[in-house]
Amino acid sequence: MKQQLENIKTNAEKEISEAASTQQLEGLRVKYLGKKGELTAVLRGMGSLSAEERPVIGQLANTVREAIEERLEKAGEELSKKETHEKLKTEYIDITMPGKAHRIGHRHPLTQVIDEIKDIFLGMGYEVAEGPEVEYSYYNFDALNIPETHPARDLQDTFYINDKVILRTQTSPVQIRVMENKKPPIKVICPGRVYRSDAVDATHSPVFHQIEGLVVDKGVTMGDLKGSLEIFCKAVFGKDTKIRLRPHHFPFTEPSAEVDVSCFVCSGKGCRVCKGEGWIEIVGAGMVHPGVLSNCGIDPEVYSGFAFGMGVERMAMARFDIDDMRLLWENDIRFLKQF
Amino acid sequence: MKVPLSWLKEYVNIDITPKELAEALTMSGSKVEGIEELGSGISNVAAGKIISLEKHPDADKLQVAKVDAGSGVLQIVTGADNIKEGDIIPVAKEGAALPGGKTIGRGVLRGVESVGMMCSIQELGLTRYDYPEAPEHGIFILDPGVEPGTDIKEVLGLDDVVIEFEITPNRPDCLSIIGIARETAVTLRRELKAENIMQADKCRSSLAGRTQGSGVSIEIKNPELCPRYIGRVVRNIRIEPSPEWMRKRLRAAGIRPINNLVDVTNYVMLELGQPMHAFDFDRIEGKKIIVRTAKEGEKITTLDEQERKLNPEMLVIADAVKPVAVAGVMGGANSEVSRDTKNILLEAANFNGGSVRLTAKAMGFRTESSSRFEKGLDIENVSRAMDRAVELLEAMGAGEAEKDDVDCCPVKWEPRVLKFRPDRINALLGTRIDKEYMVKVMRELGLLVDEKGMTVTIPSYRMDIEGEADLAEEVARFYGYNNIESSLFSGETTQGGKTLKQKVEDMCKYAMNAQGLSEAYTYSFVSPKTLDMINIAESDSLRNSVKVMNPLSEEQSMMRTTTIPSMLEVLARNYSRRIEEVRLFELGYVYTPKALPITELPEEKEVITLGMYGSGEDFYTLKGVVDELFRYLGIRNYEMKRASDPVFHPGRSAQIYISGRKAGIIGEIHPDVLENYNIDCRAYIGVVEFRPILENVNLVHKYKHLPKFPAVDRDIAMVVKDEITVGEIESVIKSCAGDILEELTMFDVYKGGQIPQGSKSVAYSMSFRAADRTLTDEEVNQIMHEVIKELKGRINAELRG
Repeated sequence: MKQQLENIKTNAEKEISEAASTQQLEGLRVKYLGKKGELTAVLRGMGSLSAEERPVIGQLANTVREAIEERLEKAGEELSKKETHEKLKTEYIDITMPGKAHRIGHRHPLTQVIDEIKDIFLGMGYEVAEGPEVEYSYYNFDALNIPETHPARDLQDTFYINDKVILRTQTSPVQIRVMENKKPPIKVICPGRVYRSDAVDATHSPVFHQIEGLVVDKGVTMGDLKGSLEIFCKAVFGKDTKIRLRPHHFPFTEPSAEVDVSCFVCSGKGCRVCKGEGWIEIVGAGMVHPGVLSNCGIDPEVYSGFAFGMGVERMAMARFDIDDMRLLWENDIRFLKQF
Repeated sequence: MKVPLSWLKEYVNIDITPKELAEALTMSGSKVEGIEELGSGISNVAAGKIISLEKHPDADKLQVAKVDAGSGVLQIVTGADNIKEGDIIPVAKEGAALPGGKTIGRGVLRGVESVGMMCSIQELGLTRYDYPEAPEHGIFILDPGVEPGTDIKEVLGLDDVVIEFEITPNRPDCLSIIGIARETAVTLRRELKAENIMQADKCRSSLAGRTQGSGVSIEIKNPELCPRYIGRVVRNIRIEPSPEWMRKRLRAAGIRPINNLVDVTNYVMLELGQPMHAFDFDRIEGKKIIVRTAKEGEKITTLDEQERKLNPEMLVIADAVKPVAVAGVMGGANSEVSRDTKNILLEAANFNGGSVRLTAKAMGFRTESSSRFEKGLDIENVSRAMDRAVELLEAMGAGEAEKDDVDCCPVKWEPRVLKFRPDRINALLGTRIDKEYMVKVMRELGLLVDEKGMTVTIPSYRMDIEGEADLAEEVARFYGYNNIESSLFSGETTQGGKTLKQKVEDMCKYAMNAQGLSEAYTYSFVSPKTLDMINIAESDSLRNSVKVMNPLSEEQSMMRTTTIPSMLEVLARNYSRRIEEVRLFELGYVYTPKALPITELPEEKEVITLGMYGSGEDFYTLKGVVDELFRYLGIRNYEMKRASDPVFHPGRSAQIYISGRKAGIIGEIHPDVLENYNIDCRAYIGVVEFRPILENVNLVHKYKHLPKFPAVDRDIAMVVKDEITVGEIESVIKSCAGDILEELTMFDVYKGGQIPQGSKSVAYSMSFRAADRTLTDEEVNQIMHEVIKELKGRINAELRG
């Protein structure tokens, strides 16, 4: 009987090592260890053994069973690995074929610029203020120190609805509305659509966008204006950007400045984009004119403020290298999908 | 404003390059637009002396000249016949360049070698306005005193540099050489050498003015529109070209020389910034000047030979009988100086800027004069300009001025006096500039600083300085804006941030982008015809619109009352470019008048407009986008009902109701409308109002426990009549399945085959689940039984399979 067990072990081990598939292995498991298997048959014959022999043979039978099980398991692992490998080999696909995408839509380049600017100022504690596009000329002009006879009204060709109502030519009337309705400290930016009677060409559009900023509080200085614009310009144009302020004139600020940033293409060396000057004019700014503060019921002896404004189209065109403003309004989907 | 550097140097010592000067002035507030080198196209051209002139041996019409060009003798063959031995002429030497890119070499003409060329004025880029003595055809013969070999640019004043400035409207004083010189002097910390022309005559004739002078009387009827008027008679006028130096300067400054009278008035305007006018005095009836507003119905023919209607808002200069000039804008033809003029009346006056501006605007034209007056000019400059003009005319022998002028000055002008508070200036700028520096800058600018009383008196030429902030700007400009240290305000911290409305707008855009819609931007004004193009009835309220009074064109004359035409136009443009699939949206406004005519601002209603076409699109893809938008925003209380709108396909459009209120419409565009836009495929547009979205968003999310018990699934298919909508089927199922129906998904709609005509098969999968227990089959069977019974009873549904 002992010999019989030894033979079972030897045969089993041989057959296991020769098995070519997990299926064959399963067959061997049944053949040797199943209910009607060889080993089971031997154990069933143990009743005929003597009391002395029985534990010895029993132990041997267990050792044989364990050995076979171990062999089966090991061979099983190897075979299944091999089988998986074979299967995967048949499943190769052409991974250069196009992906199945759910296409997302694109934000308009103007929105992207407006959002970026908003984000910078929101981070600095500003609110976003809005106002009507069809506006009283009082808010667009008079309250901003531009009376009817002021030559500045000639600079802006205005669309009129009637004597008193116009399409706003700038986002500055929003500043007036904010100052009328809110006590300092005021920190707002006002993005929006504005209108001027300019015929359409590569750099003009009768409808365009501005973003203005306004800060009013006690002790606000021109140095603060400079510092704020530096942070803004570095955030938009890169941390090495320099700014330069040139004296200028706006009716609603005094002192007034035009703000140039060092050219973000050539870093100030002079190129096509900056027309060889090394600087690009990007923002108009200044300290809020005391008359404007008074118009809004804010005492200029107590409070001061600064304001700045910029054209969104100009920034977008510079940022995305767009050479014709009309593209921004055509909405050709092939254009929009580039951003 | 074009400023010849040589002219500027008369008043300020300048020892830096034009580029450095331009940079310095730009940074102190006089922005330089450009630097032009006169004569930059000319090189290697010099004055030459003709030392011999002989006939060409082989050609009748040619001569051979030997020319001493300073650097040697050149032999030049010429066809000109206006030259003789001893003449000094411009000679372009071998290798010379002339304006227009022409270059000069050597050649052989009929066997005789010729090196270089003698030049006419045209060849030097000049005209006979610049040199009236030059022949129209032939060589330009120079002054005999010119040394041979002298560079021609030096001889003709083409060696100058002209700087062009952009002058802001608040600084009319800088529309003059003297104004720019003053800025230059302060910027460069140099002395302004202008005593001779800056002796300001105060309104010297006192309040009433000396209105009676030799031969002319002046009366101002509207002193608020004309606070000062000076007239001076100049007799025995000899009209001839002005001297060369004056012509050179005018030309460099961009003004064409005409004759001595015109040139002097232009010269004074450039030098001092005061426009002047000359009348033919013998044509002034009654020898009387009356400054008054025009009478109703009066007309005048201006110097440009246009007859212009006048109205009582306009200020004119009249004689005893008729208007002879539109004040500050243009003179009249009836008193124009001509070749026969013997005596002139020179005018220097101060007019109200606003009045001149409105008059010029009403007449539809601006002149050099009106564009200066409208900015508000210096009242004291008037007498300065008159004196300067007379001085120049007399010096050039153009006539003899009467001993006195008539200075009519009915308004007493008082200079503005401002408080001088250095601390406030520093507080505004964020600087620590010392008082002495401020005083120095202001004094150099001509402001009178009283350090005891701490006041600043503003000179008449700086009426733009109105208050302390203006003083701060003057100080800051020369201190240097870029020397102000950057800082960040130290005030109260503000929270900032977006409002709910702004956040929801962002979410809408995000939801659109996420579903594949790209963002469009369209104009807010459209053509009124667009309403016809989209089938809007004549009586429809969409026709009540805000109209632009002065549109660029009819196409942009109406503030849109609907965004559908804007979107259709965009779809049409893409379609015409053969783009196969388009998904777009716009977050924009429509403008609805509250009353007509407009008395208050219109309502600006924000709407989301969706537009799409392409093979994958149908009504349901559009509807899906809106459904998903609402789901994302937590809006559940909405429904869609069949719409009846002329823009849309009657069977494929739906009105959106949020909280029972109309909030938009979606659908396939009516084929008639599509045809108007040349779109040859089905296209889909949706418009959803933003306000109801904002009012119904639900952004508060609370966690619901994930299911612990298994779901039981059942499928059901039924045949119903075509008219029965899916909505009706679903409401029947939901009403009897109750809360444990977790999901109801339609997976098939089928017509034809075994399904009788006029009916359809609709199939659903249903998923039941209870939160607190495992549902038993019996329980679900019971419900299904109920559902089937109700479907049959209420909508006559036949259960299939």
